[in-house]
Amino acid sequence: MFRYIVRRLLQMVLTFFGATFLLYALVFANQKDPIQALVGERPVTESQRIALTERYHLDEGFFMQYWYYMKGLFTGDFGTSLTGRKILDMMSDAWPVTLRLALIAIVIAAVFSVTAGVYSAIRRGGIFDNVTLIITLVLLAMPIVVLAPLAQLVFGIQLGWFAPTATRDATFVQLLLPAIVLACIVIAPEMRVTRTSVVENLRADYVRTARAKGLTRMRVIWVHVLRNSLIPVVTLIGVDLGTLMAGAIVTEKIFNIPGVGFNLARAIRTEDGPLVVGFVSILVILFLFINLLVDLLYAALDPRIRYE
Amino acid sequence: MLGKAPWKMAAGATAIALLAAGCGGGGSDDSSTTSNTVVIGIGEPQHLIPTNSTESNGSEVLASLFYPLVDFDAQNKPVPVAAESVTPDATSTTWTVKLKSGFTFSNGEPVTSDNYINAWNYGAYGPNGQGASYFFEKIAGYADMQSTDPDGEEGPKKAPEPKAKTLTGLKKVDDTTFTITLSAPFSGWESVMGYSAFYPLPKAAWKSEGVIADGFEDAIIGNGPFKLKGKWEHDSQIVVEKVADFKGTVPKVDGVTWKIYQDQQAEYADLVANNVDVQTTIPIESLAKASADLGDRFKKSPNSVFQFVGFPTFQKEFQDVRVRQAISMAINRQEITDQIFLGSQSPATSFVSPVVAGYRENTCGKNCEYNPTEAKALYQAAKGPSEIKITYNVDGNHKAWVDATCNQIKASLGINCVGGEEPKFADLLSKVEKKQPVGLIRLGWIMDYPLMENYLGPLYSTDGSSNYYGYSNPTFDNLVKEGSAAKTSEEAIAKWQAAEDILAKDMPVIPLRNGQNVYGYSTKVSNVNVDLFQKVDLYKIEVVG
Repeated sequence: MFRYIVRRLLQMVLTFFGATFLLYALVFANQKDPIQALVGERPVTESQRIALTERYHLDEGFFMQYWYYMKGLFTGDFGTSLTGRKILDMMSDAWPVTLRLALIAIVIAAVFSVTAGVYSAIRRGGIFDNVTLIITLVLLAMPIVVLAPLAQLVFGIQLGWFAPTATRDATFVQLLLPAIVLACIVIAPEMRVTRTSVVENLRADYVRTARAKGLTRMRVIWVHVLRNSLIPVVTLIGVDLGTLMAGAIVTEKIFNIPGVGFNLARAIRTEDGPLVVGFVSILVILFLFINLLVDLLYAALDPRIRYE
Repeated sequence: MLGKAPWKMAAGATAIALLAAGCGGGGSDDSSTTSNTVVIGIGEPQHLIPTNSTESNGSEVLASLFYPLVDFDAQNKPVPVAAESVTPDATSTTWTVKLKSGFTFSNGEPVTSDNYINAWNYGAYGPNGQGASYFFEKIAGYADMQSTDPDGEEGPKKAPEPKAKTLTGLKKVDDTTFTITLSAPFSGWESVMGYSAFYPLPKAAWKSEGVIADGFEDAIIGNGPFKLKGKWEHDSQIVVEKVADFKGTVPKVDGVTWKIYQDQQAEYADLVANNVDVQTTIPIESLAKASADLGDRFKKSPNSVFQFVGFPTFQKEFQDVRVRQAISMAINRQEITDQIFLGSQSPATSFVSPVVAGYRENTCGKNCEYNPTEAKALYQAAKGPSEIKITYNVDGNHKAWVDATCNQIKASLGINCVGGEEPKFADLLSKVEKKQPVGLIRLGWIMDYPLMENYLGPLYSTDGSSNYYGYSNPTFDNLVKEGSAAKTSEEAIAKWQAAEDILAKDMPVIPLRNGQNVYGYSTKVSNVNVDLFQKVDLYKIEVVG
């Protein structure tokens, strides 16, 4: 187990460098005139252009820029955004609120999809099963760019149940509506995977054995079946983190949450290379760790899986 | 193994996660509901150093923190505010500014001539890369503070250090008097000084001479009626509170929370829910329902935005003036402002905005009147191109009206017209600079100071900063310069109007629309006015009840 973790961690270092290098190259290739992008539609004076070009090494080649960036990274300096702010400050402002939002969304999605998935698997073909089938179909078909403003309009403005926007230091209640919206994009696949998985396991030999032993129906389903059925679901939840981050770009914009998604969108718009790479690097690390965690969870769920 | 425990663990983890997620938030800010403060929505300012702030968000916040030398009255004439008097010499070249005494910065420092001179020198010095540095262009000695890269941006050589670090045109007379010498006579100089780039900075701003202290921008100190409460909370809010015993005009509210929005739709949602008190720009998507949502709290007022398209006069097919006139006559401006902009903009028939003194209605005359039959005859006589293109940047919400304009041109002239899409304005500019055939260019202008010259100079002069279409007419250039050098503003306006008449003949651009502020406010406030610069008048706004 320990060796497995060490091996994975070493792989992660490689993945991290590969990913940031690729990203930097992509952002660099897309970079046309970051100074003009920054000031918008105003003319840029010659002296301002010279000053900014020098300050951010914009006149140097790709490898030199990447080198400057990496050099900074190893000395704990994420660099300065083109707006003049320290990227480290921007990240410490943006990450907490996005993490809270994502965490609430993941929990809502997981709790809802597992319970509903198991229930519709038990009552396969029943009303609940059919109704959830249709609802998940609708959710799958509805892009978040429609869902988010719709939820804001109906629940935020017209019914007034939630605040229409949230802020950086939003409370749990303020983040609830955006989190539910965010959760909606992952609930459908998670629920369907749970349902299919439970349905399959209900037919397995060990379930028959457990029933033959005279265990109660509840115990069979919630302990024996669910534990085996959760393996694909847990994988999915890990992968869904990426979907959530992509969804956060839209959700954060609509609900005015100054988090990671918003900063990423802005950084891409203003061709702010270091800012994009900085935020995505953290995303990459997060993603890698979650996947490691998911892999380790398998062992807990299925004792037959052992890492040597 | 884990037995029943996973479920307890999961439940526990869920509870912890939800608690952790919820805990980070403090109490929400309810101050706006209980006290005499207002919440105004803005976008994240790019900068708060006056000489580096050229966009409207930054200048709105700065307007609450600083007190300008001059402000503008209802006729847009400059009125001394922080200045006791501003007096030109006989030729309008040297201007003497006398400050009112007794004014202090919010940290207690008295405001002196040095505060102005140091701040302006910093702004004008090229290597500081200040966005508003071009405002100091007219002051003597500006050229020596700039440097150019000897071998271009791509070259290996670095730009040399400029010859001078200070403007020779700025002279301190005593603690409350200083003089400004311009490199050429300019009768409108007093109006220029109303711009936010001309605010003073306190001694506390400087780490050493000419270097701004780290972190000063986030905790900026001004000489205005409000001071920063805490720091600039980036992407979140900027809270300002009243300065005790302020010497100038005192606002009626005790404080302003500048709430930062990334998205105007989100801001509008908060406006309808009464969570924000003023939104200065209602997004076009919400215009249709705004009067239902807000009732008579949905308002319009004039602003200085001027929207037009330019003809790349360096291209052969647009060199015949009849082609340019015909295309202009083929456009039904009224229909577009009504249908696409739902009346939030009005048709433009002159080359300057109606908000400046000297504006005359319909200087464009027949050329801006919708007349498809005459347009077609003129176009055919001039043998105009059979296909034209209007190039715009897609990130600026221009597609709808460009397509509509093209359809009108198609119908009127019987030629093909397409919208050329560029991802960003910068992409459009770089193509224009390389003189690539982009067709007509979509452009817009917001004035910096209320003078006709601020439209005529940058937009149509041969060396104008925003003359991207290469229009050049020496007679026009001379008239603009003569107007600037005139002794009185009446004389200046006469010259400038003569210059505008040349434009009406040459038609280097097609005037399309004049902008309007379309704003709304909550039930908590009254007396809300949005000025020509899209700023809320902070001295008039009041909290109801």
